[in-house]
Amino acid sequence: MPQVTSDGRTLINFILNGKPASGQAEPRMLLSDFLRQVAGLTEVHVGCEHGICGACTLRIDGEPARSCLTFAVQIEGRRVDTVQSLLGPRGELNDLQAAFRKHHSLQCGYCTTGILMSATAFLEKNPNPGEEEIRDMLSGHICRCTGYVGMVRAIKEVVASRSAKSKVPA
Amino acid sequence: MKPYKFEYFRPASLEEALDLLARHSEDVRILAGGQSLVPMMNFRLVQPKKLMDITAIKSLDYIRAERDTVEVGATTTQAKLLEWPQLASTVPLVAMALPHVGHFQTRSRGTVCGSVAHSDPVSELPLCLAVLGGSVILSSKKTGSREVSAADFQLGLLLTARRYDEMVTAVRFPVRQPGTGYAFQEMAERKGDLAVCAVAAKVSDRGIRLGVGGVAEKPTVRDWNDLPDSGLDEALNAFAWDLEGSDDIHGSAVYRRQLVRRLGRRAIMEARECRK
Ligand code: FES
Ligand code: FES
Repeated sequence: MPQVTSDGRTLINFILNGKPASGQAEPRMLLSDFLRQVAGLTEVHVGCEHGICGACTLRIDGEPARSCLTFAVQIEGRRVDTVQSLLGPRGELNDLQAAFRKHHSLQCGYCTTGILMSATAFLEKNPNPGEEEIRDMLSGHICRCTGYVGMVRAIKEVVASRSAKSKVPA
Repeated sequence: MKPYKFEYFRPASLEEALDLLARHSEDVRILAGGQSLVPMMNFRLVQPKKLMDITAIKSLDYIRAERDTVEVGATTTQAKLLEWPQLASTVPLVAMALPHVGHFQTRSRGTVCGSVAHSDPVSELPLCLAVLGGSVILSSKKTGSREVSAADFQLGLLLTARRYDEMVTAVRFPVRQPGTGYAFQEMAERKGDLAVCAVAAKVSDRGIRLGVGGVAEKPTVRDWNDLPDSGLDEALNAFAWDLEGSDDIHGSAVYRRQLVRRLGRRAIMEARECRK
C-alpha cells in the first residue's frame, strides 16, 4: 500500500493538461500549493482554502474538484486539467473563454479560472442547461467583482452556439 | 491555512484498510471525499497523525438496490448517487435533499457515507437517514461487520457510535413505501451552504414524521400518529421549543424556532401532496 511518512517526500506522477508531469511533495501539501509552487501553474488561484470560494477549482479525471481540499499525493496517476487545457493549439481562447471576454464575465479574473473549469465540466455533463441550472452551478463560486450576470450570459451563448453546431449535418 | 503534518496511507482493499485501523486505530482519520475533513485539517481543528485515503478501494464504490433498501458504498460520491437514474423512484427523499448538499463542484468528490460519518448536525444526508430509519454498516478487523440504526449511530455533534477500529463501509436507505409522501425543505444563506435549518417529512396513513437538522446537536425526529390538521401548528411549536436551539452568527434561537414551524408545515403539506 502506498505510504508516505509525514516528513517524507514522494514523487508524484500525473497527467497535467494532457502531458505527463511529476513533482515532489510531502503528504500535507495541498494540490493547490503543489501546482502553484512546484509545477509553477499560477492560474490555480487560492482564495479561502476551505472549499467555499471556488477559486482553486480544476478538474481531476474530468470531475470538478477543489484543489485546496485535495492533497497532492492523491493525484498520483490521475489527470489534472487547469484552465490551460482549454486553449487551442496556438494558444487561442476556446468558445467559452471568448464568450466570457465578450460578455465582460470577468473583471479582476481571480475567480475566473475556477469558474471556467466548473463550467466546462458542467456543460459536458449537461449540454443544455436552463438559466436556473447555470446559476445553481455558479453558486459554487464566489465572484467579488461581476455580479455573475455576464457569466450567465456567456454560458447561455455558448450553450446556444454549441447546440446549433451539433445540429448541423456533417 | 495549511494542515499539520501527517503520515499518508492509501490502501487498495478493504482488508488493508481494516488492518491499518486495527493496528493504529486512534491515530487514524479516514479520508474519502475530504469535503468536510480537509477544511477542518486546513484550519487545524483536526490534526490526525495518520491519514488513510480510502478512495482507491474500488470495491466500495457502488449503489446496490435491494428489495427493501438502497445500499451505498463508502467511496460513492454524492454526484454519483444524484445521477443514479433510479434514485427518485426508490429513495425520493434523498433525491430531493442531495441538490442541497454542497455544490456541483463539491458533490463530485464528497461521499454519501463521508457525510453520514462526519455527522454534522446541519447535514442533509444524516437527516434523511434518520427520517427514513436507515442504517450504517460498520466494519472492523476484529469484530467483523455490524449494522447500526441511524438513531443509534449519530450520538451528537460530530459524534457517532463508530469505534476507532471501525470504518463506515456503507449506508442503507430504506426504499420508498407505497402510499407514503416525502418532502425536504431547507434554509441556507446561499444554496449549497450549510443549512441554518433543514427539515424532512414523511407522511403516510399511519402518521406524520418530521426530522429537523441544524437546531439540536443531531438530527431529531418526531412522530405524530393521528394529528388533526387543527393541531399541526401547536405540535410544530412544541417540537420547535423542545429542540432547544441556540443563537449563533447564522441565526437566533427565535429565528430557528420560526424556521422549524414554517419549514415543518411546508414540508408536511408537500409530503402529503406527494402521497398521491
Ligand atoms: S481556495 Fe479552494 S475553494 Fe477557496
Ligand atoms: S472577476 Fe474578480 S472575483 Fe470574479
